[in-house]
Amino acid sequence: MSAQEIRNYTMNFGPQHPAAHGVLRLVLEMDGETVVKADPHIGLLHRATEKLAESKPFNQSIGYMDRLDYVSMMCNEHGYVRAIENLLGIEAPIRAQYIRTMFDEITRILNHLMWIGSNALDLGAMAVFLYAFREREELMDCYEAVSGARMHATYYRPGGVYRDLPAKMPQYNESRWHKGADLKRLNQWREGSMLDFLDAFTDDFPSKVDEYENLLTNNRIWKQRTVDIGIISPEQAQAWGMTGPMLRGSGIEWDLRKKQPYAAYADMDFDIPVGVHGDCYDRYLVRVEEMRQSNRIIKQCVKWLREHSGPVMLNNFKVSPPSREAMKHDMEALIHHFKLFTEGYGVPAGETYAAVEAPKGEFGVYMISDGANKPFRVKVRAPSFVHLSSMDAITAGHMLPDVVAMIGTYDVVFGEVDR
Amino acid sequence: MSDTQTNSLAERLVARFGEVLGKVETVRGETTIEVAPSDLMQVATALRDEPDFDFSELIDVCGVDYLGYGQNEWETTSVSGAGFSRGVHGEATGRFDWEGRPRNVEMERRFASVVHLLSIRHNRRLRVRTFCEDDALPLVPSLVGLWPVANWFERESFDLYGIVYDGHPDLRRILTDYGFVGRPFRKDFPLIGNVEMRYDPDKKRVVYEPVTSVVPRVLVPRVIRDDVDLQQAKAEAADHWQEN
Repeated sequence: MSAQEIRNYTMNFGPQHPAAHGVLRLVLEMDGETVVKADPHIGLLHRATEKLAESKPFNQSIGYMDRLDYVSMMCNEHGYVRAIENLLGIEAPIRAQYIRTMFDEITRILNHLMWIGSNALDLGAMAVFLYAFREREELMDCYEAVSGARMHATYYRPGGVYRDLPAKMPQYNESRWHKGADLKRLNQWREGSMLDFLDAFTDDFPSKVDEYENLLTNNRIWKQRTVDIGIISPEQAQAWGMTGPMLRGSGIEWDLRKKQPYAAYADMDFDIPVGVHGDCYDRYLVRVEEMRQSNRIIKQCVKWLREHSGPVMLNNFKVSPPSREAMKHDMEALIHHFKLFTEGYGVPAGETYAAVEAPKGEFGVYMISDGANKPFRVKVRAPSFVHLSSMDAITAGHMLPDVVAMIGTYDVVFGEVDR
Repeated sequence: MSDTQTNSLAERLVARFGEVLGKVETVRGETTIEVAPSDLMQVATALRDEPDFDFSELIDVCGVDYLGYGQNEWETTSVSGAGFSRGVHGEATGRFDWEGRPRNVEMERRFASVVHLLSIRHNRRLRVRTFCEDDALPLVPSLVGLWPVANWFERESFDLYGIVYDGHPDLRRILTDYGFVGRPFRKDFPLIGNVEMRYDPDKKRVVYEPVTSVVPRVLVPRVIRDDVDLQQAKAEAADHWQEN
């Protein structure tokens, strides 16, 4: 009797799979239910952002940065803007630094809410998504209040931020869907300024995090899907260039906000949570704790911003536009405005690497300028790209459903993987 | 990172590697070293393993095409009888199509592979630049053996710039489409691309054709000004500061 030949089965996961977080095509070689080899095919969302940035004046690419990791928009802007500021040798006014710090943390919460919701959804817990999006909505309103856009804000500029925080938080209007007591509840935090709104939000948010934790932390199914899945040792995490929660989940206390502080982080009081086992569950705990810590930072920023006023943009007409009023009577201002919006500004020749602690890890921008009004080379170091590259090494030997847990724990967003 | 620390890093690098390093500079606290492709492996291994350096993480590998570095698209210094030239010339990104792309653009040391390293223990960064010796076949040793994370970065650089990483276990394209032709991030590759695709109702499938729907153009010319714009700007900023 001849032996039956058994061969591994090759399977396509995505790019249309709902757990593929966008457009990941994963070619899996399966031995039964066990993954032997995982080969991610990326680039289905490639837009050559870096090449486009080389063809435009510096300021015109800020908006592209929002579209890289499109769930942590302002952190991307921060990395790019910081690279330009490095080369120009300018620094944003202190109030702008605090506003940036505050919005970086708002962004971190936005990102982690999206992550907790979609990761839970991938692993079969529907409700968390609905809870998480409730709070996301409030924070998106802050984005909108300050920049006019809910997601792609283009709010950070070299030399500061586009404008100061609004004195009045926008309110809901009465409509067929929002009226009576419901309308009153929606607007209860929105009577005052945006800082009042954030004050109320940060007072309330820890109890909301408790709600997510109630749904997941001791949930048997959640633990079955995440505990001891995708264990990454500290050595492995470093070899694979991991940063952010992926690295901290493996027990290495590394956070750029503490180690290489930028903006106003040096003045902030917060803790860095680290994991112990380096599995998906630890990374979940790390991210949940990060939300609480971000909440603390926002609170401190709100307090500072209430007490201190001042400019939010450098009064340097080579990089920031003069006021409309000045343009009406000052010839110099008019010329500066014209030059700034037609040609942009030249950046001294040189190169720099500016990194920020984005919610997913280290988001870095390597920029080379040859002195022109456009960057010579912009390279975006995207954390998701790096993390996803370890897919094969980490998932080999796991079961097929664990691949979904891994994609979730990587927190990949294809806007920045494919760039 | 204080200045003294990074200065001493540059000094220690020179002391350790000596002649092997082409150039060592520290600007704004960022240290850059230049290494020839033939020495890269030796230097990188030492940087990773020696406790004095201990660069345990490779943060980034990035291809660079130095073609056209420092080139103007717009003459701003010479004035003709008709004033400044209004026409834009030069061959920078976006101004040409696939047919009219610049050829014979060989120059000395055109391609470079730039590596960013991070030492978690010492909280320190380092940039290592390696210029490829041959434009026609840019070749750099692969760092996958030292830091596995280099794998995708090198594939990306290979895909976009055509830099070949010697010793890479799986050097395939990564970001561009299946069957893509050309090295899209090279400075002599047109911004509008070389092919476009559309659905052909007769053939009932997607077809690729040479680009016709977009005309290469640039709204803002690339211009380098030698004047003291920035010094002036700094002085102005200092003046205006009080007014705010």
